[in-house]
Amino acid sequence: MGIFRWLHILAGITWIGLLYYFNLVQVPAMKDATADGTAAGISKHVAPRALLWFRWAAVATWLMGAALLGPNFGVAFGLKVGFTGIGIGAWLGSIMLFNVWVLIWPNQQKILGLVTATDEEKAKARRVAFLASRTNVMLSLPMLFFMANGLSHKALIGL
Amino acid sequence: MKNPLDSILGTIISGLILTFVLYSFVKHFVLAGV
Repeated sequence: MGIFRWLHILAGITWIGLLYYFNLVQVPAMKDATADGTAAGISKHVAPRALLWFRWAAVATWLMGAALLGPNFGVAFGLKVGFTGIGIGAWLGSIMLFNVWVLIWPNQQKILGLVTATDEEKAKARRVAFLASRTNVMLSLPMLFFMANGLSHKALIGL
Repeated sequence: MKNPLDSILGTIISGLILTFVLYSFVKHFVLAGV
């Protein structure tokens, strides 16, 4: 179990770290880079690599989390007593994984030109991917609050 | 009305509100009577 906790946290840092990188660094940088004509380098060399680590780190985080829950997987997702905090965190993490693979990645492929799309489709994809990414930043706050449910946290909030 | 997720500050405030809402939900409904 200990090794799953270690791997879950390692992968989770990679996933959420890149999520914050996208929202705090790359999105505002792209805006400025587009204005001065230097956005192509980010789109071609940075974004695809960051997205590769981002989406697979999301899968690894979820799988290691599921392995860590082990026989308590259903108990946690059922929000049973004693597993309510981690259960809420697990639900939020699962919604975030869905957002990565169903909303962010397919739309990013259109934006970066990895799949063909019209300008109108790209504009729509940009908005959907942006909002899904921002939704994940929003969800990451309660997700971490409920997952970081150690003994001191238990004493404080009683979950 | 502007979407709060369009700004980082709006996103963080939304996340904090959601944290409080979920915490209250768990305390008053899921764990009520425990």
